[in-house]
Amino acid sequence: MKQEVSISINGTVYERTIDVRMLLSDFIRHEARLTGTHVGCEHGVCGACTVQLDGEPVRSCIMLAIQAEGHELRTVESLANGVDGELHPLQQAFHETHALQCGYCTAGILMSIEPLVESGEPLDEERVREALSGNLCRCTGYQQIVEAVLLAAARRAEAVE
Amino acid sequence: MKPPPFELHRPTSVEEVLSLLAEHGDDAKVLAGGQSLIPLLNFRLARPEVLVDINRVTELDRISASPDGGISIGALTRQAAVEASELAVTRNPLLGDALRLVAHPQIRNRGTFGGSVAHADPAAELPVAIVATDATVSVRSRGGERRIPAGEFFVSHLTTVMADDELLVSVDLPAVPERCGTAFEEFARRSGDYALGGAAAVVALRSDGSCASAALALLGAGDVPIRAREAESAVVGRPIDAASAAEAARQAVRDTSPISNMHGDADYRRRVVEAMVERALLKAAGRAEARSS
Ligand SMILES: Cc1cc2nc3c(=O)[nH]c(=O)nc-3n(C[C@H](O)[C@H](O)[C@H](O)COP(=O)(O)OP(=O)(O)OC[C@H]3O[C@@H](n4cnc5c(N)ncnc54)[C@H](O)[C@@H]3O)c2cc1C
Ligand code: FES
Ligand code: FES
Repeated sequence: MKQEVSISINGTVYERTIDVRMLLSDFIRHEARLTGTHVGCEHGVCGACTVQLDGEPVRSCIMLAIQAEGHELRTVESLANGVDGELHPLQQAFHETHALQCGYCTAGILMSIEPLVESGEPLDEERVREALSGNLCRCTGYQQIVEAVLLAAARRAEAVE
Repeated sequence: MKPPPFELHRPTSVEEVLSLLAEHGDDAKVLAGGQSLIPLLNFRLARPEVLVDINRVTELDRISASPDGGISIGALTRQAAVEASELAVTRNPLLGDALRLVAHPQIRNRGTFGGSVAHADPAAELPVAIVATDATVSVRSRGGERRIPAGEFFVSHLTTVMADDELLVSVDLPAVPERCGTAFEEFARRSGDYALGGAAAVVALRSDGSCASAALALLGAGDVPIRAREAESAVVGRPIDAASAAEAARQAVRDTSPISNMHGDADYRRRVVEAMVERALLKAAGRAEARSS
């Protein structure tokens, strides 16, 4: 069963005719050609595919593409200012604290944690670990990821003051 | 790891959903948050011919106050929305305790309250919470509405009393006893995973500190949430302390038969549940005390 859809990702509308069973992660990667979003387990466990649906982190591998119609999606490509442009402060903090090795999990982690950092809620290690409990990283051991998030949050708090 | 082909319907009203379910019977599955169903499709463990996506049925997405001091939660309300609802977690603090343990934040953003109840996973927290708080589950078909006590809703692993043409529309949770304390304790290998065992407790205290009423429900002790009635009666009238909590916990798991699998055998799980009952009782009693003083 095929259907025409029109899906907005990072402010660009993608009009395609797709199978209704197409996963959102496949639409993002294969139709919109935004390959920053990664697919790890494809059953909701690893968090690599996390994107934001109307600002809220969700897993794109356990949602149908057609269900994103009428909503605004954001992927990791929305963070930095263009391909060679300035990094988002969160990405900059990941860069500085060595919060990634292979980088496979990074897009999902950034999209999971960005709303929390932007909310301005005071963060501590426990809160960050809880917010990232659904994101698996096979390389870093998480410590530097937590440090990066706290660094970005501290810089944001300073900038706001 | 892609879903098999299916026919998709995206109705906007309960009436339309009920017609579709009446028409397609057991060929159809309701798609709510998809956080359990889509993984099953991806694994091809489920192959429904028809999916009825209820995400546009906005009338099912609501939390309202009931006149009796309780709350009513529409089936499509996201788990994260219930967690964030002041009304829901002040009127039924056990829901807040339970929701924090359901999967991960990203999954709760999408997963629905009704979906978790309808899915009836014996290791899920919300079914245990609604059994502990004597909720009522409302289901509808074209033939009418049925209101089913939570304690009679679950039949076995992933199976409820709902017929193929029935839609879960809401869960009504009555007021919890005045000045009660609640707690949900569980043990999982990693935070956010389904737990190996757990327990929910709702405890109200008398002014002399003895237990006025207690509700205890077990997670992972069998293939459905279990109310531990005998253990409840054993603590009523007594102060809840280390000794009475341990005794109640022993009693709660006495006749249970948890599953055995690679994550833990029945004996081990029974001991996990026992320890969780003990902790939940003590914590709930502590909270009740803090609220009355
Ligand atoms: C990695 C991961 C970890 C998880 N960990 C936990 C956990 O620790 N604890 C926990 O409780 N859950 C956990 N879950 C499951 C999650 O809570 C699901 O959201 C929930 O089980 C199902 O809700 P849903 O809205 O996503 O339903 P769906 O996946 O859409 O549906 C699930 C089932 O219920 C049926 N259904 C849904 N809504 C209705 C309705 N209104 N009427 C009739 N039938 C209906 C569907 O047909 C389907 O059979 C986890 C999920 C994942 C992916
Ligand atoms: S790829 Fe989506 S959660 Fe693993
Ligand atoms: S950096 Fe390799 S998985 Fe996280």
